[in-house]
Amino acid sequence: MSGEPTLQFRLDRKSGVPAYRQVVDQVRQALRLGILRPGDQLPTVRDVVKQIAINPNTVHRAYRDLEAQGLTEGRPGSGTYIRRSLSKVPQEQPQLQRQLERWMRAARAAGLGDEAIAALVAEAAETSKKEEL
Amino acid sequence: MTDVAAVETIDLGRRYHTKWGLRDCSLSVPEGSITGLVGPNGAGKSTLLRLAAGLSRPTKGTVSIFGQIVRPNSTEHLRRLGYFDQLRPLYPGLRVDETLRLGEKLNQQWDNGAALELLNELEVPLTERVSRLSLGQQALVALSLCIGKRPDLLLLDEPVASLDPLARRQLLETLLATVAERGTTVFLSSHIISELEPVCDHLIILSSSAVRISGSTEELLADHRILVGPRGTPLRGVEVISVRDAERQSTLLVRGRPPDLDPAWRILQPDLDEVVLAYLSDRIAGDRSETSDSPASTRRSPS
Repeated sequence: MSGEPTLQFRLDRKSGVPAYRQVVDQVRQALRLGILRPGDQLPTVRDVVKQIAINPNTVHRAYRDLEAQGLTEGRPGSGTYIRRSLSKVPQEQPQLQRQLERWMRAARAAGLGDEAIAALVAEAAETSKKEEL
Repeated sequence: MTDVAAVETIDLGRRYHTKWGLRDCSLSVPEGSITGLVGPNGAGKSTLLRLAAGLSRPTKGTVSIFGQIVRPNSTEHLRRLGYFDQLRPLYPGLRVDETLRLGEKLNQQWDNGAALELLNELEVPLTERVSRLSLGQQALVALSLCIGKRPDLLLLDEPVASLDPLARRQLLETLLATVAERGTTVFLSSHIISELEPVCDHLIILSSSAVRISGSTEELLADHRILVGPRGTPLRGVEVISVRDAERQSTLLVRGRPPDLDPAWRILQPDLDEVVLAYLSDRIAGDRSETSDSPASTRRSPS
């Protein structure tokens, strides 16, 4: 194995989200964003604990979880590889993200707090789903 | 993981003159785990680790390493363990590289690469005399000796205590990377709980020379809740670990499933820090949990 790990994990110690979930979520997010693609190798357990100082068993558990979701496969003696992607990220994504950020700034300028913003986002998500049906 | 615990103590006790340093201690550290030992100064953490390393003789009970009872002066178990002492017994006159050479000569198996990795990563000068290093760097030299041995069990007494936050982080990262490869069991004491939270999968809380609670961190979190509600309301069905009272409100940390509570109560999930601190605080709510005719529990249907 050579070169840099394919992914740099972060650990938010104050979020209350268990560490293994954070690892799973970050891999899923990387798949969605196209940072990881089928055939890519995930960082080794050793690399991950070196990046974020967490228990190696936690990383094993997260990797088992990803495998159970059908997203990765372990190849004995070699490592863990991406099996399929979560490609739902079209080219429009950067633009959508910018629009959303612009909207967030507007919401904050209007004096909305995190909770109010989250409530509005959740409601918009629900409404748009209904429109689709 | 196998059935044999990496460390198991049965009714272990150690008395210093008239005072018990550790008493009635029965616990087990699962093989392959990273188990944290937390408690205030003087709780018996070092005593326990020294007994496990065979450096101190039990007054009562036994301690076993991988199923074999540790007998002081026997060298058998020493091959399988690395012990890191807060006092860092190093030869001050030796240079760092000479210290490693000593480790190589004194051990049957020695991995110089593993020992060097830690020192290089944290930029400890190899040609410097040990006496001229900072306390933190001396701790790293002592730890690299433990790692170079490639032991099956690492007993680490306050390994990060003398390090600055960056070095602490780097040490943990390198240590974890090393143990990840070999499945080494780590049993380490510390009073920096927040740092241990993502590192340890098991935790043992010691206070006043006795084990207060031990278990996997996941179970400890799942078994405890914080309840916030009107002051003076008795509760049933839970064990109250700690209470903090304000004028009209009480904040309790409880063990067990809270019964159906009055809506006036809020139930919160504690983090590991809060669970540990609750066990270490002295303000235990004695018989509060025993009171029977409690308004909070009247809604609970008997089953």
